[in-house]
Amino acid sequence: MNTNGKAFKYPDNVDTDVIIPARYLNTPDAKELALHCMEDIDQSFVKKVQKGDVMVAGWNFGCGSSREHAPLVIKTCGTGCVIAKGFARIFYRNAINIGLPILECEAAAEEIGAGDQVSVDFDTGVILNQTTGKAYQAQPFPPFIQHIIRCGGLLKSLKEGETHE
Amino acid sequence: MGMTMTQKILAAHAGLDKVTAGQLINGKLDIVLGNDITTPVAVNEFKKADFRSVFDRDRVAIVLDHFVPNKDIKAAEQSKTCREFACSHCVSHFYDVGKMGIEHALLPEQGVVTAGDCIIGADSHTCTYGALGAFSTGVGSTDMAAGMATGMAWFKVPSAIRFNLTGKLAKNCSGKDVILTIIGMIGVDGALYKSMEFTGGGVSALSMDDRLCICNMAIEAGAKNGIFPVDDVTMTYLNGRSERPPVVYEADADAEYERVIDIDLTQIVPTVACPHLPENTRPASELHGVKIDQVVIGSCTNGRLEDMEAAYQILKGKKVAQGVRVIIIPGTMQILRECVERGWYTAFIDAGAVVSTPTCGPCLGGYMGILAAGEKCLATTNRNFVGRMGHVDSEVYLASPHTAAASALAGYISEYQEGEA
Repeated sequence: MNTNGKAFKYPDNVDTDVIIPARYLNTPDAKELALHCMEDIDQSFVKKVQKGDVMVAGWNFGCGSSREHAPLVIKTCGTGCVIAKGFARIFYRNAINIGLPILECEAAAEEIGAGDQVSVDFDTGVILNQTTGKAYQAQPFPPFIQHIIRCGGLLKSLKEGETHE
Repeated sequence: MGMTMTQKILAAHAGLDKVTAGQLINGKLDIVLGNDITTPVAVNEFKKADFRSVFDRDRVAIVLDHFVPNKDIKAAEQSKTCREFACSHCVSHFYDVGKMGIEHALLPEQGVVTAGDCIIGADSHTCTYGALGAFSTGVGSTDMAAGMATGMAWFKVPSAIRFNLTGKLAKNCSGKDVILTIIGMIGVDGALYKSMEFTGGGVSALSMDDRLCICNMAIEAGAKNGIFPVDDVTMTYLNGRSERPPVVYEADADAEYERVIDIDLTQIVPTVACPHLPENTRPASELHGVKIDQVVIGSCTNGRLEDMEAAYQILKGKKVAQGVRVIIIPGTMQILRECVERGWYTAFIDAGAVVSTPTCGPCLGGYMGILAAGEKCLATTNRNFVGRMGHVDSEVYLASPHTAAASALAGYISEYQEGEA
């Protein structure tokens, strides 16, 4: 699995209220919600994002509410991956559970610039900034989480009847 | 090396003698919770995965609170999804209009959660129940769906920060000032992935409402959970209320903590978190220049009886400042009823405030007090992110009920001075 696209750059502490404002949460419909992704800090994101693009952010990405709608709208917009210095724990868990690829890599998150062309290989965790030619190695997932990702999400992994040891 | 209180509860629920920080475990769940926003997504996942039944109808709680009474047609559809699911699976802890309250005020009050429990909830403030000596954490809707189906959830055992509380709070301070002070010290990711373990001689002087408020905002420091030891205050609260027998866990004397932070409660002052992060804290006394348009007293953080009482003591016989809209939201029907019976409801109206049925409403910018561009609100809620309570150019300041009520009278941010009322 991999993704290749342009980088959208965001700061530290991007919270779930700006990823998807609660005023829109009167529907669970991901396509409808995705129209408002990031709108309170970046109104142009939804207009500009193309399939496979990459979000690059600082520390504590996805802090705040437990709303699973947050990773869901990022994924539904076509975003191929979120690279951050670090993630808030519920967002991290939700992203894995719904199958939004996320990677922790401090150097990549620091150095990749807005608009850079970035490719990510999820199997190896290698992030390549094609614009600068620089490659980065992201933290690999623990095997248990790799299993959930391979199965396509938490519920599918449960249906397979496998649990970690 | 011994275990923290959180680690002991997790070990017991995983059927293990010992766990260590970083270990992945599968834990048995005592309660799985969802609300009117997160449950519809969970129901969808539950159905998609073709699960036929919930693991235990008495261990699932569904509370309609965020946009209820339904704020619009779409919200009504979401409530309907929850209602139909609860009905078809005979969920015993289903709370609809008339019975409902803000989930984290309601479940402790109704005795649905108790000491020693392992709880997940599809709401980030599920960490509130640590006040009762439970392990309790927020998750997403897919985890809720899996939890409802299997009664299990995976956890990474957290490391811990110990907060050693000493002394006693001043009369114009409450649990809210304690947790805002702590978040100001350690930051919004200061306890990321960790448990916040509140201990020390100062614990006994904190009421249950203070402890619920403190644990409620553990997530605002990025924590997995917050937790208090079980003492006489806990047992008095649980007695006659708890549906299941409480189980008491204690941290080992040689438990490992990444950090120990001493908090002298006597030194805590009325504290306000300024826009747009809960870590931007300042003493209320330094913010007298901030004029406010709205005050909200309520939410899962501060919608409990002591919060209402603080508001009453300060607002009774007074008038709120010209140009300030004051919205008071008791957290549950029982608290609302107490406000009526004790004459507080009338006092609030006489002071020029409005009193709402229980709802999360304005806290997350849902309804019942949305802000226009440029407006400032002082709220007893838990988040002050960009656009949290309305327009992206509005601002939310977080504070205690004492500070909120005093500010409502002043028209600008102001701390309550004892003897003022």
